[in-house]
Amino acid sequence: MRMRSAPALAGLAALSLMATACGGGDGDEGDGSQEGTLVIWSDPDRSGAIQEAAEEFAEANGVEVDVQNVSFDDIQGDVVNAHQAGNAPDLFLGAHDWTGNLMRNGAVQPIELPSDRAEALDTTAVEAMELDGQLLGVPYAQENTFLMRNTDLAPDAPETFEELVETGTELKDDGEVDEVLSMAIDQEGDPFRMNALMRSAGGDLFGHDGEGEWDAEDLRVGSDETIEAMETIAEYGEDGEGVLRRSIDTENDAALFFDGEAPFFIAGPWNLADANASDVDFEISAIPGFEDGEPASPYLGYQAFFVTEGGANSALAEEFVVNHVTDTEFVLDLYEADPRTPVQTEALDTVSEDDPNIAAVAEAGEDGVAMPNFPEMGETWEPLGVAQAQIIGGEDAREALENAHEQIAERIGQ
Amino acid sequence: MGPNDSGPAGSPSAGAPARPPLPGGRFAARGSLTGTLAKIALLGLFTALGVWAVLPLYVAGNWWGIALAVAVVALVYWVYLSGRSVPAKYLVPGVLLLMAFQIFPVLYTMSTSLTNMSDGHRGTKEQAIASIEAYSVVSADSAEEYTLTVATTGDPETGELVFLLTDADGRAYAGDSEGLEGLTGASVDDAGKVTDAFGYTVLSPNEVNARSDELQEFAVPTGDGAGIRSSGLNSAFEGSALRVYDAGCDCIEDSETGTVYTADDERGAFYSEDGERLAQGWQVGVGFDNFLRFLVNPTFASAFFGTLVWNIAFAASVTFLVFVVGLAVALTLHTPRLRGKTAYRILVVLPYAMSSLAMYLLWRDMFNADFGLFNRMLGTDVDWLGDAWAARGAVVLANVWLGYPYMFLVATGALQAIPRELSQAARLDGAGPWQAFRHVTLPLLMVAMAPILIATFAFNFNNFNAVWLLTRGGPFPAEGTMSGGATDLLITYTYRLAFSEATAQYGYAAAMSVMIFLIVSVMSVVSLSRSKALQEVDR
Repeated sequence: MRMRSAPALAGLAALSLMATACGGGDGDEGDGSQEGTLVIWSDPDRSGAIQEAAEEFAEANGVEVDVQNVSFDDIQGDVVNAHQAGNAPDLFLGAHDWTGNLMRNGAVQPIELPSDRAEALDTTAVEAMELDGQLLGVPYAQENTFLMRNTDLAPDAPETFEELVETGTELKDDGEVDEVLSMAIDQEGDPFRMNALMRSAGGDLFGHDGEGEWDAEDLRVGSDETIEAMETIAEYGEDGEGVLRRSIDTENDAALFFDGEAPFFIAGPWNLADANASDVDFEISAIPGFEDGEPASPYLGYQAFFVTEGGANSALAEEFVVNHVTDTEFVLDLYEADPRTPVQTEALDTVSEDDPNIAAVAEAGEDGVAMPNFPEMGETWEPLGVAQAQIIGGEDAREALENAHEQIAERIGQ
Repeated sequence: MGPNDSGPAGSPSAGAPARPPLPGGRFAARGSLTGTLAKIALLGLFTALGVWAVLPLYVAGNWWGIALAVAVVALVYWVYLSGRSVPAKYLVPGVLLLMAFQIFPVLYTMSTSLTNMSDGHRGTKEQAIASIEAYSVVSADSAEEYTLTVATTGDPETGELVFLLTDADGRAYAGDSEGLEGLTGASVDDAGKVTDAFGYTVLSPNEVNARSDELQEFAVPTGDGAGIRSSGLNSAFEGSALRVYDAGCDCIEDSETGTVYTADDERGAFYSEDGERLAQGWQVGVGFDNFLRFLVNPTFASAFFGTLVWNIAFAASVTFLVFVVGLAVALTLHTPRLRGKTAYRILVVLPYAMSSLAMYLLWRDMFNADFGLFNRMLGTDVDWLGDAWAARGAVVLANVWLGYPYMFLVATGALQAIPRELSQAARLDGAGPWQAFRHVTLPLLMVAMAPILIATFAFNFNNFNAVWLLTRGGPFPAEGTMSGGATDLLITYTYRLAFSEATAQYGYAAAMSVMIFLIVSVMSVVSLSRSKALQEVDR
């Protein structure tokens, strides 16, 4: 018997690759849940904090907690794929608007919160996590956009959007700043940030049913109200006052403000750390609406813990979200490492006392509306964003929005 | 096994003394002790890999996968041990790699393109039914909440599960799969949790967790289809499943609204009479529907051909320009008298050494209409990313900058392989520098460069990052993204259609990928056969 080892080596490599292919989905991100070790997927920013905050839980229940890093934008897709392949984590961190998609893929487990636990949380937050009468995740933090202003340039918070533009334009004319307002529009549009102004001008994405809940059956993108709203906003666009421009995007919006080139900034909680580190004296207030308009309600987004369906540790995972994520201590521990507005009422009170910015962010979100969480929502982002960017760039609002409406309607089957 | 030990009949070593040394060099240890040991070790390792591959397949109950893995291991054993299949020893690795990385994915894509696989249609019908039932368990508003202690009547691992419950008034109950009854003489702690009860073994959190699967199914029946289920380790609630599957009618009835949802195995979901569907569906075959869906759509048809034309123009112009620029720089630096050649070459290759992802994002910033480097430096007011032709120019420009160093490297190598005497001879024969280049250097260069140019074309034809990171396919016409952006390639257009933010439509995307695959295949075959003709003419 003879054997030539070089091809054997190659064959070996081939087979090991085959083996990987057959093994299916043994990713680098860990092997999913194993009994006795609670696996949590989190974005790298928060994984350390979650690991620490979960120590107490791990000790009390005699288990290991293993927090694994997955980029936040990938968590939803990876969980759904991993769930299908049978190697999903026990728990994962996510956003409330993923709920619809997670549910239709059967990837998460419904949760029953005892009433005392539910009462400790903000009602809007809990409702945002519910779909078809099921609670699908336990929220712990809220996000909303707000107005950040440079107090050296603009000492007073503007009451209306017109006032904001007036103040900013004066500063620009005096040569003190280059921009009136730093609000990310981007070439593809940013419906998340635009929502406050669009709502204030009377536009809306979906209608509401009798109980004030979002109604997925009633798409409002191409409605006369929304078209008029975007026409109003277009007056501040590139062919109008030039306050809103596509050249400002999420890459440069913060830099404009922190370099003192813009007195106003439509910001989010993710900008707070940089703001505290910068030299700019800033204050936070609600995004102002139009003078004769509705309140400018920003979208409220919630960060939540979800329990994966069919995990090996589902009993512990449930226990974790029911009794631990709702616990003041846990939320405060998490807040220490990663400051976001808590939805746990007691934790919010404690935090607001120490950090006026968090209180101001929460206040700026008071007029806000929770983003719809049904799957149809996801289909609106891109068409609506592109239409909004075109309108800001000077295109006809009616044509752009009616096209976007048609496109969304086709995708969601209306 | 000694050196004189002749192999079985047909073995290449038998009676072939004048045979030239076999490829494989020192690895071709023919029958030496080292060789045998290496063989045993490698095959052993290989078998271990096989076992490693089979274990998860066994756990998943994937018998076809196991059969495949075993067959591949057996094949490799036969090929490398029998000695009767010399050509196969060289072919097997390549063929296996080809199967694993080329043929299998293509076949998989093709088979997926015939299904409705998408969000809401990923798994099997059984999985869909299980989630529908699980998502329909609701607790009545006034339903009792209990503090829970999980216990058993016997062994912690196998004994029958019992819920020791206390209600808001502090009354204790024991509930098993038979029903609920009062519990007396239990010790209850301050939080109202039963800590000990006669006749029951209280489980530790770990012991409860070990029985998670059972707990998912377990409910203490309380009549009318309702049951007490656990929620975590310390609380339980009474709830009932509103939607229940009935195999008799292959339908799901909602006991609250009375609506009946019947399974539609063609569409892979449960539909009510009004056409309303339940969100959780399953994967079914849909034949060529995915292909028809875009082939008969007029918006798509016009968008598809517009995109295809730009796609070819993009790939061709990038290929042509990187070739021209790369070659020009290579020729310049090929001049014998030039000083500091190495330094120049390093500088030229730099863009190639940097992460193209980061570079694309940087270029996107530089093209920003108001804050970008280009407009600021040139004092122009071009809407680089917002104007169709400016955006096309921007995409080509950025890609030429990123692509030419590679072409420069290849051209430099090829130039050095061409003897300088050839062009000197041409000069002596009276040819000018251009003629010498055109008729002597270039044809020789093309022999090496032609396959690279085809590869560059094919790469740029599907250069997803180039477009996605710079323009995302935009700017878009007023009709929206469906009709294709000015810089959209087929691949970015497909990606946006198939994976628009919410719904991943794998079946649809696979159908589009198959179309692109066909187009690229046809173009590759045509250009490869033409390049053969080119080489023969040159010879």
